[in-house]
Amino acid sequence: MFFKVQKYKFLSHTGDVKFQAFGRTLEEAFSNAALATISLMWDNKKIKKRIKYRLEKQGRDLKQLLVVFLEEILFLMDSQMFLLHSAQKVRIEKKENQYLLKAFFLGDRYSDKYETFGGVKAITYNEMRVECNSHFMVQVVVDV
Amino acid sequence: MIELKKINDYTWEIPKHGDMNVPSIVYASSKLLESIKGDLTLKQAKNMACLRGIQKAAYVMPDAHQGYGFPIGGIAAFDLEEGIISPGGVGYDINCGVRLLKTEYFEKDVRNRIQALLDGMFREVPAGVGKGGITRLSRKALHEVCAKGAEWAVAKGYGMKEDLQRTEENGRIISADPSYLSSRAVERGIPQLGTLGAGNHFLEIQKVTEIYESQTAKVFGIHSEGQILVMIHCGSRGLGHQVASDYIRLMENRYGTKNLPDRQLINAPIRSELGQQYYKTMSAAVNFAFANRQMIAHLVREVFAGVMGSSKGMDQVYDVCHNVAKFEKHVINGEEKEVCIHRKGATRSFGPGREEIPEVYRIVGQPVIIPGSMGTSSYILAGTSEAEKMSFASTAHGAGRIISRREALRRFRGEKIKNDLEEKGILLKSVSWKGVAEEASQAYKDVNEVVRVSHQAGIGRLIVRVAPVGVIKG
Repeated sequence: MFFKVQKYKFLSHTGDVKFQAFGRTLEEAFSNAALATISLMWDNKKIKKRIKYRLEKQGRDLKQLLVVFLEEILFLMDSQMFLLHSAQKVRIEKKENQYLLKAFFLGDRYSDKYETFGGVKAITYNEMRVECNSHFMVQVVVDV
Repeated sequence: MIELKKINDYTWEIPKHGDMNVPSIVYASSKLLESIKGDLTLKQAKNMACLRGIQKAAYVMPDAHQGYGFPIGGIAAFDLEEGIISPGGVGYDINCGVRLLKTEYFEKDVRNRIQALLDGMFREVPAGVGKGGITRLSRKALHEVCAKGAEWAVAKGYGMKEDLQRTEENGRIISADPSYLSSRAVERGIPQLGTLGAGNHFLEIQKVTEIYESQTAKVFGIHSEGQILVMIHCGSRGLGHQVASDYIRLMENRYGTKNLPDRQLINAPIRSELGQQYYKTMSAAVNFAFANRQMIAHLVREVFAGVMGSSKGMDQVYDVCHNVAKFEKHVINGEEKEVCIHRKGATRSFGPGREEIPEVYRIVGQPVIIPGSMGTSSYILAGTSEAEKMSFASTAHGAGRIISRREALRRFRGEKIKNDLEEKGILLKSVSWKGVAEEASQAYKDVNEVVRVSHQAGIGRLIVRVAPVGVIKG
């Protein structure tokens, strides 16, 4: 049987929400971190894949790259009422002193047919971890 | 393990040691201290005390819990020459705050119309994730909102001039410079003016249940048990969150992330260009939040006018910031000195005589509005002169969480909470059941204990207790 990796799990944090996202690659861990983030606001499986955004982000290190990547979900949600279904074709590379990320966001514009709940205000650096042992793991605390 | 020295029943000290520049002072009862010890609050309080230019002590309020960088309920004041300013010391929801309106209605007047009032407010004030506001501003108009705050809203017909006098900073912090707002912050702000948001934000119809100091309460416009009040809790929405994120990144790129005990504590010298820019941009977000609450207050009055026939007597009691950095004068080592004070999850608590507070309140001290959790009491306190000496004029801001949202989701069901509240005579309307479960009152500290400690310690004076009769959850 094909071994299925857990995508993400939530950990205890008094005021905010802490999660770990996993992947066989760094890119997969980043994609799963996006799924963990949106799971706090809507059920991504119910969001139609009607709108596509192309993303190009950079960061001075992987932690900053992770913050700007996840922050884009919140930016598009607030400014375009865009509800993300999933991040696709995530690619990360290092160029000189910067990390570059390219990806596509698939999803739909908010309408009354979609149920949303909770609310993520920001992606923090608090207790953030980006690690690679047998697989990749990123840990994020989001401000809710 | 961080060692705490007991000063008295409500005051504890982390003595200065290691890299700490000052001690840290915690105001709590032994009961509240137990939950404070249960997470990283004290470690974060110690980290605050290590920051450059911090004055006197890093203070921790009775409702404190773990945050990021500073704890929620953390207060630090910095020297203007040596000190720093930190976006993590303000928080992402810049000028998250509370506005309180009084009415001249009584419980018996509204009892059969609570549902209609809630329905009206739910319709008029957009709440929850993904929804736009009542207006869609141009970029230029958004800049004006951020320059003028609640003044902008009043000039556009949302509310009354008198509201401005009864708002912290008169509803407009003059240091704001919206030209520093990033286009991302502007784009997040444009659709969101006049929206409540989600999470712990709410609109609540309340009744007065106890008056502790009737003279002071009267000055605040509260005269009788059973009197109906309306409380509005929200902030600067995505615009403020983006300002915080922008400046955390700009400061990281400028100063690097080494030598920080917690990356979220990134900061800039107050006197630096970047520090000044953050202050001016943060101030723009502060004004956005003032304008936001001003518009919501206006919508609430319109709903009352529609349902009850009139909104006469619905004067504003006060509007306070819970997340902000400001320049204020405080006495340090016997000398008055201007400092940059960060209040993250705390309320200003100026006592009688301070010129910053409205003239009508100058004899009694400013109103301090402390919301409870869903379905529990909330309180109105008055600021004290002791608070100016003890905590840079700061006190608690709410109940403070004790268990995580995930844990709350596991333990509680939104539908059941709604039914339980209804049995207690409290109607609830919400965007989602999950949001209700996450905000269950059992997930919070006992607000009664928080205000009791504020009162006993002397950083706030108990004036009025209120209970909800109708709640809208974002």
